[in-house]
Amino acid sequence: MKIVEWLSQPWPWYIAGPLIGLTVPLLLILGNKTFGISSSLRHLCAICLPSSISYFQYDWKKELWNLFFVTGIIFGGIIAATVLADPNPIQLNPALIKELHEYGINNYDHLIPVDVFNWQSLITLKGFILMVAGGFLVGFGTRYAGGCTSGHSITGLSNLQWPSLIATICFMAGGFIMANLILPFILKL
Amino acid sequence: MSIKETNTDFEVRSLDAMCINESELVHPWWFNFKYLFAGIIFGIILVKAQVISWFRIQEMFRLQSFHMYGVIGSAVLTGAISVFIIKKFNIKTIYGEEIKFYPKQFSKGQIFGGLLFGFGWALTGACPGPLFAQIGTGATVITVSLLSAVAGTWVYGSLSTKLPH
Repeated sequence: MKIVEWLSQPWPWYIAGPLIGLTVPLLLILGNKTFGISSSLRHLCAICLPSSISYFQYDWKKELWNLFFVTGIIFGGIIAATVLADPNPIQLNPALIKELHEYGINNYDHLIPVDVFNWQSLITLKGFILMVAGGFLVGFGTRYAGGCTSGHSITGLSNLQWPSLIATICFMAGGFIMANLILPFILKL
Repeated sequence: MSIKETNTDFEVRSLDAMCINESELVHPWWFNFKYLFAGIIFGIILVKAQVISWFRIQEMFRLQSFHMYGVIGSAVLTGAISVFIIKKFNIKTIYGEEIKFYPKQFSKGQIFGGLLFGFGWALTGACPGPLFAQIGTGATVITVSLLSAVAGTWVYGSLSTKLPH
């Protein structure tokens, strides 16, 4: 089918960006919901292990919509990787490919570098830092900041909230520091 | 639920930038399926635009590609125009409710937490949404990263009163 082939190509930023932006009004119009994904991590804690922590004492049943949304993201990933799969390797800046080659990353068949992101490397120091410590920082940092890329950078900036601008600047600053100054040493491990 | 309880709930949660917009309407749980559908579309966009790619995130933080800046920039612009239109024309939800916006409170958490999340973003190549999408694309090992992110959230929750805000 022509349309499936057409949709299977990588989508350019000027298509994907506006569509992501439209998620903000879509969720507001569907039921006054604020687009934000890291809250789902909090709801999972509130449901599974609230202990007596005040941060997790709230009526999570009212926030179930958020968990439906993230479950949808998983299904969306499945559809994109099967029905709409793109057989070609990702097109990247040659400078990055050259740098990653030095760290033994040569597989570009997936959206993540399977050379380091795999079950076996979980027990190596490099894999543990990238996947486990990295994941921990994502959860801890987004909740400490009160939102992530969706909640602050997209929803917050869309509503012209200056605290969200500060958060976004810090997200980027943290990323620049890690990717350029620290990550090279981790990938050499 | 009594009104008093709802208020306490709001107080606790308003410390957080998220989850404060709420509908007054009570719907059966299966009304949430429309958000599942919205999530599916959103997940497809994330994957097809390669926003969930660890490689694209590395390019972004090395200033080697415009792609991610284009995605985030045009998303913010579209979102801002949409919010402006909703406010200007007082657009209602599909149930006729008024759409509410809440200001975000500044806290030092946006600086400290923001930097820590930035570190995690560059390591995992994913913010929370892409973690879910990566799992969907078959990267099953990312479930470990996601569980670790839930653990990070739990630890933040248990320390939140002791951390500078």
